[in-house]
Amino acid sequence: MTAPRTAPDGGRSATAPPGIAAPATPRTDAVLRIRDLHVEFDGPRGPAPAVRGVDLTLHRGEVLGLVGESGSGKSTVALAAIGLLPDTARVAGSITIAGTDVVGADDATLSGLRGRRVGMVFQDPLSALTPVHRVGDQIAEAIRTHHDVPRAHARRRAVELLDLVGIPDPATRAAAYPHEFSGGMRQRALIAMAIANEPDVLLADEPTTALDVTVQAQVLDVLRTAQRATGAALLLVSHDLGVIAGTADRVAVMYAGRVVESGPATALFAAPRMPYTMGLLGAVPRLDAPVDAAAAAPGAKEPAHGDTAPTSDRATAPGPRTPLIPIPGTPPEPHDLPTGCAFAPRCPLADDACRAAEPALLSVGTEEPGRHHAACRHADRIVERGLTATDVYPLPDPPASSAPAPDRDTLPPVLKVTGLTKTFPVRKGSVVKRRVGSVHAVNGVELDLGRGETLGLVGESGSGKSTTLMEILGLTAPEGGTVEVLGRDTRTLDRAARRQLRGTVQMVFQDPLSSLDPRLPVGEIITEPLRAQGVDRARAAARIPELLRLVGLSPDHADRYPHAFSGGQRQRIGIARALSVRPQLLVLDEPVSALDVSVQAGILNLLTALRAELGLSYLFVSHDLSVVRHIADRVSVMYLGRTVEHGPVAEVFGAPRHPYTRALLSAVPLPDPVRERGRERILLAGDPPSPTRPTTGCGFRGRCPRYAAMSPTHGADRRSRCERETPALTAPGPGRAAAACHFAGPP
Amino acid sequence: MIAHLSKRLGYYALLLALAVVISYVLSSLALSPRGYFEGRQPPPPPEAIDTQLTALGINDRTPLWERFGNWLGHALHGDLGRTLDSSDVGTEFGRRIGVSLRLLLAGTLLGTVGGVLLGTWGAVRQYRFSDRAVTLFAFLLLSTPTFLLAVLLKVGAIRTNQAVGHELITFTGEKTPGLTGSLPTLFGDRAVHLLLPTLAIALGTAAAYSRYQRGTMLDVLGSDFLRTARAKGLRRRTAVLRHGLRTALVPMSTFFAYGFLTLFTGAAFTEKVFGWHGMGAWFVDAVGKGDINSVVAVNVFAAVMVLLAGFLADVLHAALDPRVRTS
Amino acid sequence: MNRVARRRFVRNPHAVLGASLLLLLFLLAFAGPFLTHWSHTDIDYTALRQPPSVEHWFGTNSIGQDLYAQVLRGLQKSLLIGLLVALFATVLASFAGACAGYFGGWADRLTTLLIDLLLVFPAFLIIAIVSPRLRSASWLVLVGLLAAFGWMLTARVVRSMTRSLKERDFVRAARLMGVHPLRIVVRHILPNVASFLIVDATIAVGGAVMSETGLSYFGFGVQPPDVSLGTLIADGTGAAVTYPWMFFFAAGLLVVFVLAVNFLGDGLRDALDPTSDRARGRRTKRAPGRRERAARRPSHPVEQGHPAPEGTAGA
Repeated sequence: MTAPRTAPDGGRSATAPPGIAAPATPRTDAVLRIRDLHVEFDGPRGPAPAVRGVDLTLHRGEVLGLVGESGSGKSTVALAAIGLLPDTARVAGSITIAGTDVVGADDATLSGLRGRRVGMVFQDPLSALTPVHRVGDQIAEAIRTHHDVPRAHARRRAVELLDLVGIPDPATRAAAYPHEFSGGMRQRALIAMAIANEPDVLLADEPTTALDVTVQAQVLDVLRTAQRATGAALLLVSHDLGVIAGTADRVAVMYAGRVVESGPATALFAAPRMPYTMGLLGAVPRLDAPVDAAAAAPGAKEPAHGDTAPTSDRATAPGPRTPLIPIPGTPPEPHDLPTGCAFAPRCPLADDACRAAEPALLSVGTEEPGRHHAACRHADRIVERGLTATDVYPLPDPPASSAPAPDRDTLPPVLKVTGLTKTFPVRKGSVVKRRVGSVHAVNGVELDLGRGETLGLVGESGSGKSTTLMEILGLTAPEGGTVEVLGRDTRTLDRAARRQLRGTVQMVFQDPLSSLDPRLPVGEIITEPLRAQGVDRARAAARIPELLRLVGLSPDHADRYPHAFSGGQRQRIGIARALSVRPQLLVLDEPVSALDVSVQAGILNLLTALRAELGLSYLFVSHDLSVVRHIADRVSVMYLGRTVEHGPVAEVFGAPRHPYTRALLSAVPLPDPVRERGRERILLAGDPPSPTRPTTGCGFRGRCPRYAAMSPTHGADRRSRCERETPALTAPGPGRAAAACHFAGPP
Repeated sequence: MIAHLSKRLGYYALLLALAVVISYVLSSLALSPRGYFEGRQPPPPPEAIDTQLTALGINDRTPLWERFGNWLGHALHGDLGRTLDSSDVGTEFGRRIGVSLRLLLAGTLLGTVGGVLLGTWGAVRQYRFSDRAVTLFAFLLLSTPTFLLAVLLKVGAIRTNQAVGHELITFTGEKTPGLTGSLPTLFGDRAVHLLLPTLAIALGTAAAYSRYQRGTMLDVLGSDFLRTARAKGLRRRTAVLRHGLRTALVPMSTFFAYGFLTLFTGAAFTEKVFGWHGMGAWFVDAVGKGDINSVVAVNVFAAVMVLLAGFLADVLHAALDPRVRTS
Repeated sequence: MNRVARRRFVRNPHAVLGASLLLLLFLLAFAGPFLTHWSHTDIDYTALRQPPSVEHWFGTNSIGQDLYAQVLRGLQKSLLIGLLVALFATVLASFAGACAGYFGGWADRLTTLLIDLLLVFPAFLIIAIVSPRLRSASWLVLVGLLAAFGWMLTARVVRSMTRSLKERDFVRAARLMGVHPLRIVVRHILPNVASFLIVDATIAVGGAVMSETGLSYFGFGVQPPDVSLGTLIADGTGAAVTYPWMFFFAAGLLVVFVLAVNFLGDGLRDALDPTSDRARGRRTKRAPGRRERAARRPSHPVEQGHPAPEGTAGA
């Protein structure tokens, strides 16, 4: 694009309020300038301010990461910048894109800006494309909206763009409809659409949140490529500190509608100056934190850790795992903000002055004056004394004894699954439904969970995790393989025995809201398993206060309905329900993935404490490897319905032998800019394949870097082994992790 | 594929067979054609009535299963029997469907298109005055039974005619009986006769469609893809029409299918009020007279239309939605 | 109804208008007859085809019956028929739909067949055919018939809502705990479709009254000497131009009644369905039930006498 840019008036940056608006050296190439932005919605309980005085400036070629938990107003800022807030929103302040005012502009002006000067990538790629139009046409439309070019020309350009964002065979795929694309491919198409007219500003609102971790790595890569190719400024909105750390040059942290801290990514992650940011970083479980140094397998590279990692000093200490730092309380409701600092009610450092007036975003630190800003009265004290998260937040006591029984071989396993298989029929057709095949949702799962242990079950969507759980929890004879719960084979159970066994295995669900019946009070919800076990009403009710206290809720809450609770509290209710029958095995299906980081830490700590206190065993399903690394003793990695690697966490994560595990681990973004950018990344090609067709040989070889590296001439016999022979799980020695790969081992 | 298509057709056949049996048995048990003949002035001798009823195959003194078997044998060969006036049911069908089609086509088309446009407009302008006005009007029309609306229109027309002093709006039957003249005159006469019934049908149809369309449109207006369309620079109107309306029409395909096929089954109330001799009027009159053969024929025909509409709805749905088409 | 729903309801002008109108109509139908000394069967031979007056508030008909007494009597009957039909049909629909949806298998297949079969028969035609036999029977038989042909579409929606509820985690949780299936239906499924059922039943009252008047208009519905709004409108149609009072009082009350019911139903839907104000404020997640509602009929089909547009035989 060679269109002349109108430079924004230089005078304004001089008078700009402090904040990231004022960089150390004045630059005049600001393409997005947000000044004192306020956005307010009409909530059911009165006006709800979503954004309260935000200043941001974005320069050409720069990446600004906007971090915050749900409800912090970060997405609202992005939507306001492109002028797509709902009509009911009241916007005040100023936003200019390439010198044009956005606030108060009419539809014609905004339409001229959108897609041409500013492009946007949204969170949910599955619903962001019009289902009834072809993908190529939708991209071509973006071009033809702003340029008077022939249709054929725009189509050709659309194909080029699809090629740029890494869609294989773009000419054919351009004629496909959105539903024929996977989530990752749709997000690529949306990026192509956003950069079609080479905009000055690219807005990405949680662009990878809905995607699997290996696909997330690909899409982030594409986003960076697209940003570099167009030279646009990128505003990356995310709740994921790892995503921000790997991509952003500068970071702004939002809380309750305000920027509370901002600065260069490296400085901010290394030395956060605002207690909220400190808590946020301390609450994230770290993949790069060693679990148990002694257990690291021979040959495992000791992960290098810098001094900047806030948890590193404690994590290396032997003994029981260190708890995460939970920020107490929950973010304030927008219609009910406290006077003074919005974070004060949750902040251990807060004093009366904090509660009296909201602190301004002021420059902190000395090394680069004017670059790092924090909105905290105590920022200077934090800098002077070099306070870290552990100094600010009282750390919960580590559980008394959480070490699993040392001799796991002598005790009977709580859960043992061997060779589990499950298929579903596939039906197709609209006018006529017909069975066209089978989905091998689960095709060879091995699980082994000892007493008092936590087994992490890891895999991307479609890997068969949920099906595995349902097969276990059904307590009926599986289609293939065996399931043994507490030493009892489910094939041999009669009605009464199954009923009795149900009391010892309980489940906690992913979505805390949908797993609680909205029409029942909490007291009835948590005693439902008891009632199902035949306990009478009075005796069940007598346990309610105890159960609520056990999970950290007040017994007075028994009469309330689920919607009156926050997400974290709802998940505590779900845990209380599972515990009501005093189970031995708790199956947790993504129990923290719907929660914000600061809340997630509290739940993880609770689970750790409960396990020690009640002697529970956990089967912990998660797509988040950092969480699994934090909580699990053993881990089982699934790909395409099959267990590809399992063993002790330290060994599997420290020295993965299966190429898929290696790729998975390398795709997890670390909340540490230095390490995240410095490490080698294995990008897997393509998406996880559909389990519709049973594959011969190794199911992973289509994406396997090891297989791809084998030369078709010299490695022909090795290749053909992968193609013909399904690899079995083999371990290098007793008690060691096993991997299902013909060529397992370090690269 | 063929096996499954035939399975589907088999299900339809089962439903249809049940519909035929139940229609025939119910009609034969409930209706009394004998009463119709006995009520004639002068009353025919009982033997003559018996002969007549037997000739029509509806004599209640013949065992029911025998009558049904007889009727079914003929029906399978395409002979649907005779009406009480001894005319052929099949021939009557052709005539009646034509009348109903001429009566309903214009009104249904107008109502459908108008309703869809009004619904879209209302959704885009949700909770503004225009939306509230359209909603209120639609509710008012939906709360007025068709026959009431037709009678009200008729009263209005009579008042207008009285005020003008001559018959400006004619509303009885399809055309002025015995009118001769050039083609435009005859056509104009028919058009004037169509005015009120078309209005009655169009208003009712539009009211219903506007509500459906408003609902599906509101679903679409909050959708992510519409936001994407605007994020690439489409003007609000263009985005709503090109991306929103097109998608909102997908769930409407069911209604279109039924709307189209009910053209053939007629509109009993409108036909009766405005004196058109279409399918609906035929049925009402046949029930009144106890004309079993006609009643069964209309009933079965209606059942076939409902089944066809279900099938058409699926086909339309697949045509409008690539997600359904390519799966 | 919880607090939020109540507040939404009170803020909706349509809902409040509908509820108030309905209250007034009930008052009129059941208290109104005590204000006059005429009963609906009395004949005043001194007043034939008289316009409204102090003696006969709504005028008289061609045989000298007091129309005020007659219209109120008709209104009573129509209200009762509407309420009872809606009640029976909704109860039937919720149990059939919930059981078919929850249990699947044969229960589902049989229910679906029955629903499809009843939808293939236009209800209007069947009732019309059967009605001559019911001349002597009580009006309650008509209620039964209307209910028997009025539950299928609701049942179908309840069935599909149940199927999606069945996949929700809280139902799955109950199943995994070993809660008895019937208990799950009663305790978890039905309460969660209740708001849909309330709205649907409200609108069904209007639909039932419209069906009743339509049938009575052709003489297939309520039989003399009993009167309903339908029979009164049918009797008055011929005189609509010359003696308008014989037509318009009954017709007006009918329209007002159905309108009030529709307003109330619409208001209840907005109040009970948390997704209904989605477009007003910030976008929220789509809840199940939204699509089902899109496939709903409005209060009456495009043209009476035909099945409401709705997928049939969708097996």
